[in-house]
Amino acid sequence: MNKEYPFETALRSLETVVARLESGELSLEESLTCFEEGVRCAARCQEQLKAVEAKVEVLLKQQDGTLTVENFRE
Amino acid sequence: MSIETPDWTRSDVLSVSRLVSLLQDVVEENFVDVLVSGEVVNFATPASGHYYFALKDEGAQLRAVMFRVQNRLLPFLPENGMNVVCRGRLSVYTRRGELQMLVDHLEPLGVGSQQIALEQLKKRLASEGLFAGERKRPLPAFPRTIGVVTSGTGAAIHDILNVLRRRGAGLRVLLRPVRVQGDGAALEIAEGIADLNRQGEADVLIVGRGGGSMEDLWAFNEEPVARAIFASGIPVISAVGHEVDVTIADLVADLRAPTPSAAAELVVKERRELEGHVDHLVLRLSGQMKARLTLLRERVEGLFRRLRAPVGDLLRQEQRVEELSRRAKLAIRVRLEASASRLALFAGRLEALSPLRTLSRGYAIVTREEESTPLRETARLACGDRLAIRFARGEARAVVEEIIAAPAKGKTLD
Repeated sequence: MNKEYPFETALRSLETVVARLESGELSLEESLTCFEEGVRCAARCQEQLKAVEAKVEVLLKQQDGTLTVENFRE
Repeated sequence: MSIETPDWTRSDVLSVSRLVSLLQDVVEENFVDVLVSGEVVNFATPASGHYYFALKDEGAQLRAVMFRVQNRLLPFLPENGMNVVCRGRLSVYTRRGELQMLVDHLEPLGVGSQQIALEQLKKRLASEGLFAGERKRPLPAFPRTIGVVTSGTGAAIHDILNVLRRRGAGLRVLLRPVRVQGDGAALEIAEGIADLNRQGEADVLIVGRGGGSMEDLWAFNEEPVARAIFASGIPVISAVGHEVDVTIADLVADLRAPTPSAAAELVVKERRELEGHVDHLVLRLSGQMKARLTLLRERVEGLFRRLRAPVGDLLRQEQRVEELSRRAKLAIRVRLEASASRLALFAGRLEALSPLRTLSRGYAIVTREEESTPLRETARLACGDRLAIRFARGEARAVVEEIIAAPAKGKTLD
């Protein structure tokens, strides 16, 4: 039931990056690499957040028990 | 063709009013004072103040009315589900041809059986852990699809969609329409929950309906719904009726919302908080990098400064020397000027004391010839001594002719 969406992976990476940078244990070189990774993850998170569309659909059960998805008409 | 002879005659046939009236007479004559117990259902009290309800048990139901005149004496308000004893008389409401009881007096008889059954069910489910707090799951952090189990035409789905539209959340709604009241509704609701779990795309479920009487909401108090919510792998928000209504579904759900709109708001809030969380992470990220860059810049500048330092030193030494020599020169000049003024001062004083000055006033310096020591008295002089007389201008030689003794000591001319 727990699907790892690209969003969740990106968010987790972003959190890790920020934690590492804030720990102060990285060299300047490592900080720069980390930062670049962070920027990539943040961009992916934000694009995922914007991408979800608002849609309304109906799940219908057929006679034989199969489920189908259709557009909802109010 | 033969006309069938009916086995009744015109005079046998009664009008409806007549028949019902006859019935009314029979009823009213024979049920003048009855005592009946049953469960109150469909209780209503309109503006008139009269109580309209029905009394029922497993086998039958009887309509009843308790007029204001009588009911205002009741210390409590009857409720659906209450088991009561009523005293009154029976009649027929001729307009509708319905049997009804005119209640004079009403009193409670323990708790309603439906209510008792509900309490028993609650106890049983609680003991199985369906209401346990630890079992309740948090809402997903990034909900994308909301599964909704409710009527396809009711207020609930419209309220939910309105909230989502108003809040501008990019969320997908997957509605599984079911009957939310009446026989079999509980099973349909349970099935709806199971279907959404099977289809698998919803991240969170809203299960509920709009407001209604406790009877209307009863499906959500039934066991199949409770079990379906408990078994749901997707977190469930219950949204049944209004704020005050609490059903078993509410107790089993992972989260209870007072209304369907509130349920939608809860889901949207999760999204908003997630967006805020990402923004905050981005702020921290850039904050860290700014700090690093500032540190780096300072280090480079520091090094650069140290590199330039020797050259700087020389320049500074030069400057210092210049400065010092300037100050020295100034000091010397000042001292010279001071000395010059003192010199002038002394020169002036000296001049004032100068014998030449005295001479120009008419005095003369007298010495023995060939001596330089000025004579101040006649003590060692003898006639015939040769003297040299120095004037302000010029000199003369003289010989002592006569000596005149000085007056007593202590008196001098000058």
